[in-house]
Amino acid sequence: MKRKIALFGAAAALALMPLAAQAQRGSSGHLNIIYWQAPSILNPFLSGGTKDVESSSIVLEPMARYNQDGMLVPYLAESIPTVENGGVSADLMSITWTLREGLLWSDGTPVTSADVAFTAEYCMHPEGGCAQAARFADVESVEVVDERTVTVHYSVPKPVPYGPFVSAQSPIIQRAQFENCTGTRAPECTEANFYPIGTGAFRVVDFRPNDVISFEANPNYRDPALPHFATLTFKGGGDAASAGRAVMETGEMDYAWNLQLAPDVIATMQQGGRGTTVSAFGTLVERIEVNMTDPSADLPPETRSTRAAPHPIFSDIRVREALSRAIDRGLLTEIGYGPAGRPACNIVPNPPVFASEANENCQTQDMDRARALLDEAGWTVGADGIRVNAEGRRLVIDYQTSTNAVRQDFQALIQQWWREIGIEANLRNVNASVFFGGDPGSPDTFQKFYADVEMYANNFAGTDPEQYLGAWRCGLEPRPDSQWQGENINRFCDPAYDALHLQLAQTADINERGAIARQLNDILVQNFVVIPLVDRGRVDAHATTLGGVVLNVWDSGLWNIADWHRVQ
Amino acid sequence: MFTFTMRRLLLAIPTLLFIALVIFLLLELSPGDPMADMPLTIPPEVRQQMRLALGLGEAWYVRFYSWLYLFSVVEPSHVMANMTGLEWLRVEGPRIISFQTRSPVADIVAQRLPQTLWVVGLSYIFGILLAVPIGIYSAYRQYSWFDQAGTFVSMVGFSLPTFFTGPLLMLIFSIWLGWFPIIYDTTLVVDSFYDFGLQLRQMAMPVFVLTLYNAAQITRFMRASMLDNMTQDYVRTARAKGMTEKVVVLVHVLRNSLIPVVTVIALGIPTVFTGAIITEQVFRVNGLGALLITAIYASDIPMVLTLSVVFAILIVLFNLIADILYAVLDPRIRYD
Amino acid sequence: MTDAVVFRAPRNQWWDVWDQFKTHRGALIGMLVFFGIILFCFVGPWLWPYSATHIDIRARNQGFSWTHPMGTDQLGRDMFARMMKGGQVSLAVGVVGMLLSIFLGALIGVVAGYFRRVDGILMRMTDLFLALPLLPLLLVMSMLFRQPLSNAFGVEMGMFLMIVTAIAITSWMRTARVVRGDVLALKEREYVLAARSIGTPPGRLILRHILPNVLSPVMVSATLTIATAIITESALSFLGMGFPPDFPTWGRLVADGVDYLQDYPSRSMMPGVFISMVVLSVNYIGDGLRDALDPRIRGR
Repeated sequence: MKRKIALFGAAAALALMPLAAQAQRGSSGHLNIIYWQAPSILNPFLSGGTKDVESSSIVLEPMARYNQDGMLVPYLAESIPTVENGGVSADLMSITWTLREGLLWSDGTPVTSADVAFTAEYCMHPEGGCAQAARFADVESVEVVDERTVTVHYSVPKPVPYGPFVSAQSPIIQRAQFENCTGTRAPECTEANFYPIGTGAFRVVDFRPNDVISFEANPNYRDPALPHFATLTFKGGGDAASAGRAVMETGEMDYAWNLQLAPDVIATMQQGGRGTTVSAFGTLVERIEVNMTDPSADLPPETRSTRAAPHPIFSDIRVREALSRAIDRGLLTEIGYGPAGRPACNIVPNPPVFASEANENCQTQDMDRARALLDEAGWTVGADGIRVNAEGRRLVIDYQTSTNAVRQDFQALIQQWWREIGIEANLRNVNASVFFGGDPGSPDTFQKFYADVEMYANNFAGTDPEQYLGAWRCGLEPRPDSQWQGENINRFCDPAYDALHLQLAQTADINERGAIARQLNDILVQNFVVIPLVDRGRVDAHATTLGGVVLNVWDSGLWNIADWHRVQ
Repeated sequence: MFTFTMRRLLLAIPTLLFIALVIFLLLELSPGDPMADMPLTIPPEVRQQMRLALGLGEAWYVRFYSWLYLFSVVEPSHVMANMTGLEWLRVEGPRIISFQTRSPVADIVAQRLPQTLWVVGLSYIFGILLAVPIGIYSAYRQYSWFDQAGTFVSMVGFSLPTFFTGPLLMLIFSIWLGWFPIIYDTTLVVDSFYDFGLQLRQMAMPVFVLTLYNAAQITRFMRASMLDNMTQDYVRTARAKGMTEKVVVLVHVLRNSLIPVVTVIALGIPTVFTGAIITEQVFRVNGLGALLITAIYASDIPMVLTLSVVFAILIVLFNLIADILYAVLDPRIRYD
Repeated sequence: MTDAVVFRAPRNQWWDVWDQFKTHRGALIGMLVFFGIILFCFVGPWLWPYSATHIDIRARNQGFSWTHPMGTDQLGRDMFARMMKGGQVSLAVGVVGMLLSIFLGALIGVVAGYFRRVDGILMRMTDLFLALPLLPLLLVMSMLFRQPLSNAFGVEMGMFLMIVTAIAITSWMRTARVVRGDVLALKEREYVLAARSIGTPPGRLILRHILPNVLSPVMVSATLTIATAIITESALSFLGMGFPPDFPTWGRLVADGVDYLQDYPSRSMMPGVFISMVVLSVNYIGDGLRDALDPRIRGR
């Protein structure tokens, strides 16, 4: 993969050349972008929200970004360090980045390795509350080698050392601007957080939190011909539907982010003729998580939904398999996401090297198989069509999710399929800010999981699933003594899985990593602990007069905004 | 009257303290998390670190006390300094910081106020100006076609939620007719007739929706109250004395019918400050209503608390004004 | 409020009221429409073959037809059945929520206006409730009471109780302020003074002399509150503290249909029209009732 990375970098740089040559900075005039969630801060280290990360990526740049194919391309760095070119040490304990020559901040001062080292110091400060701290995990020190070179030393071997300074989540900030903003002083630096000085194609002129940002072309941008646009307005707020209409039907806006709308609604908008949609697939998978522990309200709070009380119904794998077999993923995709979705049988759908092909039999709905499994497990159909077991327990489960039109449609469909095989599902929807909020006092959070199954979407940042697959290890489950914090939502625990994951953490070869990750994926999916539903892409819309848009789900969607231009 | 006003103003201080405490505890109890909006890729330990960095590790009474100090001493000093231009008024030191933006709450409120006053304030004034005459005439000509039409429009206008009428208007006036923009441009500076025209165009739909809603309720109260008084004995007496209809209706009946209307109007003025939550969001006016709702969803406690307490101050103030107006409208009402 | 009237009016006078009510054309039509809607919602589902939650994926997004008089939604559920089922919840929530809210508001308003000693404390309480931010309040209520209530009364009844309580305690303040304002003026009128001078106890004075005279603002509040209650219910289910998602209500049908406004406008128009019809008919019934109960008009 590393060689490929370098190749792609070169190819991408070549591809951008002709455009750069022909135009002049600012010749395309004004650009209007709309995000229906409004950015509240332009510092991705203080907020991990997508809206904030993507809007700040217009100004702040990392050493390298992922391109639309998930390959690393250098931005501020001269090249991507690899073991082959000596940038990554053979023992995988350090990585050396070299800045391009002659880089300037938008205020005209030179970018130096001190800025890079300071960025690490800023995020690694224990009291700063850095949202990207996980990217800097295991970093022992960041050593300034010379004006343009830094070396990141790790405390353990890092098969994938591209955490710090890579992608929109971890850009370089200017030391001079943020010097007095480390630790507890971070929130006091309003000026710096709202008007960061960057190396990107644009610089901030006016920032109105949760409303609108005005940008203008960065006069010190490294390519004198770019960006094509002279000014840029970034509006936030409202809802996805009217954002789509503003681009595709009235033409007020040039670019709209993340149109989470039913496919037929988008199709109607496209008939407006002023814009088109672009979509791309990343790693986001809509799934049903199965609770392996008992969420019954009769249990005392110390044992409810904890490993102390195994689930009375789902401890039998046959019931879990029946849940999955009864689902028609093709139909769900067609109704909920249209071209922006693909039926998913894996929780790691992408990149190709990590995507398992062993589970494709989930694609077809198999009601007979589901019924047979339930019969086998001792659940017989009762008088009202709902199954009962030998002890007289009815097969009734609670099914919760966050409030969202598509998810409620999915709930209705899946409820009907499960009823057809004799399982009754009681539906519940919870407001997203409560459901995804980690408030240990609330009974409705997805971590607390006071339900039998729950549905949401999850993904991993970047292209490597190691951290993501690590969530299902024993001991990481949310429980009362961890204040209900934890990533192992299903409360799954299998020592073999943990051992395999440890092996992944120690493997550097990309193909071996792929093989292990696929095995981990298969353990979870074939145990029907996680029931993947839809591999969700991202749909953005842009005006027909806007050229150069390359939708990128591996990094910020605005990663190549310098190349966007007006076409007539 | 004066002693009554003074007493009520003094009493307002403990009342407001209590209200602030109740709102604070409510927000504390409420099941939300400022980290809810972060992607799931950020691990729980990092989230916990971020919460601590926001100051959520402190005990609740410590946080309430420090908010109270900032709200009653530091923030007013900044507001005063900005209004008068006297820099020495400023109290240095930390300010009330919003969780979402990490910037002073008062600055954002000041930034949002103009939009809200333009759209919500204007539609409230339009609402009153429309509702009072319509209410009077509807009552005077009860069950005429004018009255029936007024009843129909106001009841339909009130019963349709703005999350429905908003998109409907957009569909008709922006997409099919192309008259008004969908996106409200908050950065527009009105310094020429052309810009003023743009401002009018972008304000048209939200102002219309809100005016209809405000006018609907005020008309109903105006009409009902006029009807009550129209049949009273003093009206017959006035007519018998040979007064003109104009004097009878607009002086005698109107003055006696105004008490419920004054109450409703006074209840509505503070809500101008909190903005029109759904309407602002639908039309992207991004005023104080949109600010409040995003802050609530993001569990931005300092922001919600500050906005709610300012709102509470306005409520207490305008209810006092309403009480004073009662005594002016009907001198028989006495509080002392 | 009718309780007070029954208490006051002997039977033959009640017939007078009915006679006057009958002459009010708007009120009669309003009443017919209102009962028509009640029949539609509560009897309709017994006669109609489709269930509100049955999904027929092949029949999705259909227009008006004999089999589906109001078409079908994006999952092929029959809109006619969903309107009937949704009406049950919305009507029940609207009417019960309104009654509770008006009762609370009128009670607090009258007591505060009449008894000066409690005026201060009651009105400061009103200020408090006006100032509370609605959403966090509802979320806290949901967190604390959802589970206990559904354990005690079953899921649906528990939800219903919680929703109408939530609506009532967040909407009584306007009625209270309006009623108090009127009572402050009324209690200084000569006839109240006269009644008090002959030794009428406060309870009877309020019921016989004050309440009938604040009836018209209360009626207006009542009609406005029904609309608010039906819409608030949909906001509650959006927050996840309303009825489960397989329970259609008019407010939620409007909200769900908004995204499809361009292609299938009827989907959110129909429930909107029904909400408006209920509010209009209640308004006209209120008008007629108020006229019929006013002896000055009745005598004419």
